[in-house]
Amino acid sequence: MPPITHTPSQPAIFQELSEDCPVISIDDLSFAYPDGHVALKNLNLTIEQGEKVALVGPNGAGKSTLMLHLNGILKGEGELRVGGLPLKKENLPLIRSLVGLVFQNPDDQLFSPTVFEDVAFGPLHMGLPESEVLARVDEALAQVDMSGFGERLSHHLSTGQKKRIAIATVLSMAPQLLVLDEPSAGLDPRARRGLINLMRDLPVTMLVSTHDLRMADELFPRMVIMDEGQIVADGETSALLKDEALLEKHGLEKP
Amino acid sequence: MHANVFDRYHDGSSLLHHLAPTVKVVVAVLFILSNALLPDGDWLSFGISWGVILLLNLLAQLGLGFTFKRSFIVLPFTMAAITALFSLPGETLAVWDFGPWHLVATDLGLVRFLSIVVRSWLSVQIAILLVATTQFPDLIHALEHLRLPRMLITVIAFLYRYLFVLTDEVMRLLRARQARSAVLPGQRGGGGILWRAQTAGNMVGQLFVRSYERSDRIFNAMLSRGYQGHIRTFNRHEVIARDWLIMALAIFLFSILQLFAHL
Repeated sequence: MPPITHTPSQPAIFQELSEDCPVISIDDLSFAYPDGHVALKNLNLTIEQGEKVALVGPNGAGKSTLMLHLNGILKGEGELRVGGLPLKKENLPLIRSLVGLVFQNPDDQLFSPTVFEDVAFGPLHMGLPESEVLARVDEALAQVDMSGFGERLSHHLSTGQKKRIAIATVLSMAPQLLVLDEPSAGLDPRARRGLINLMRDLPVTMLVSTHDLRMADELFPRMVIMDEGQIVADGETSALLKDEALLEKHGLEKP
Repeated sequence: MHANVFDRYHDGSSLLHHLAPTVKVVVAVLFILSNALLPDGDWLSFGISWGVILLLNLLAQLGLGFTFKRSFIVLPFTMAAITALFSLPGETLAVWDFGPWHLVATDLGLVRFLSIVVRSWLSVQIAILLVATTQFPDLIHALEHLRLPRMLITVIAFLYRYLFVLTDEVMRLLRARQARSAVLPGQRGGGGILWRAQTAGNMVGQLFVRSYERSDRIFNAMLSRGYQGHIRTFNRHEVIARDWLIMALAIFLFSILQLFAHL
């Protein structure tokens, strides 16, 4: 019988990554879904600390699949290192505390009755002491400008508010890399603007998948274009956005 | 959007709300056990048991009729016990013939059937009370403290979580169908019975696929935030003196009830 769960069963691990170690390094990653659909083909990608990277490409390009690999939810063929750690079963708990994944649909991300419980879920499951969890929840809610929403019910919030809370649920885990799946989809202009400001101000390494090329231009110095499971372009956002032929070839439109 | 089909936790600060969840689960199970052991037709003991429930309702500050109002949900299920009517020898009350079946209802059968109905009805009331005064993660913890098999606890925890996902999905499907169920004036709408059945069948299939995939995404979101098979909570779980006292009192009461019922 395992120990009763409200006492921390594992020591909390705090590990600052060494300066020279890339947050993500992917070498020759391939993945096929059980139904045979090949979603990633021989993919290589490195993300250094402090970078803010936009991941763009048409629907079905493999962006979400790639994101689900970054904290080991999906496991493909090839090598993937997070903060220098190889993606292995014994590293998973630590890797999941390093990579904060925010899903596209906030209704999937927010599964607890109240906002507080949702934001506390991550730190609580990392085995942090109660006072630390409380402090982190407060801080995360403040970071997304949603202080005072702790006791509200997640499913009664607006989409924009839900997106903010969804981001807070991983910020409270103090991740080294923040991975957001189409954060601006379905938001009205004001909520989108608020989110852009929020992402600009967050001092975290970021990989953000999006169809919003104007936002990419504004926020992310580096852009990675994916199509059919491969990275077809990787470079300076402003330069890539000028290449109309490239954009059109991969189902994108110049903003 | 969440369907409030299921009554669940009702926030409060009564003695019952503050009792250790483990003790509440034990007392509730003992109450159900005590109901099951009461002899058939001992209406006085059943009445006393109901009195206990009413008292607990008041104690929980939920209002006297709280569990009573919600308890009728169990009645259709007690029909499973209908065979008791015909399976005990005794004085004949009525005879029915359904083709090859010759059914004889007896007075003893009727008493047993009604006793089973009352027992289920009382038992479900204590369960309603337990869920209304205990938050769900605490209930799960209580089961862990009671050393229930891990697999079973995980199944219960996820069943509960996804129940809401499922009902939400049903509402969405029904709304989509409603939105397109138009009828032109002077036309008979709705299509044939076979076509309707087919639509309903497709909806059930859709429901399965959608909620299966959705639950997959939620589970991924939980894994991403460090879920490793245990649900954690802040709430207190030590059993303090007051809890022991109340448990002892409950055991004493149930024993007295059994003693009198069987004398």
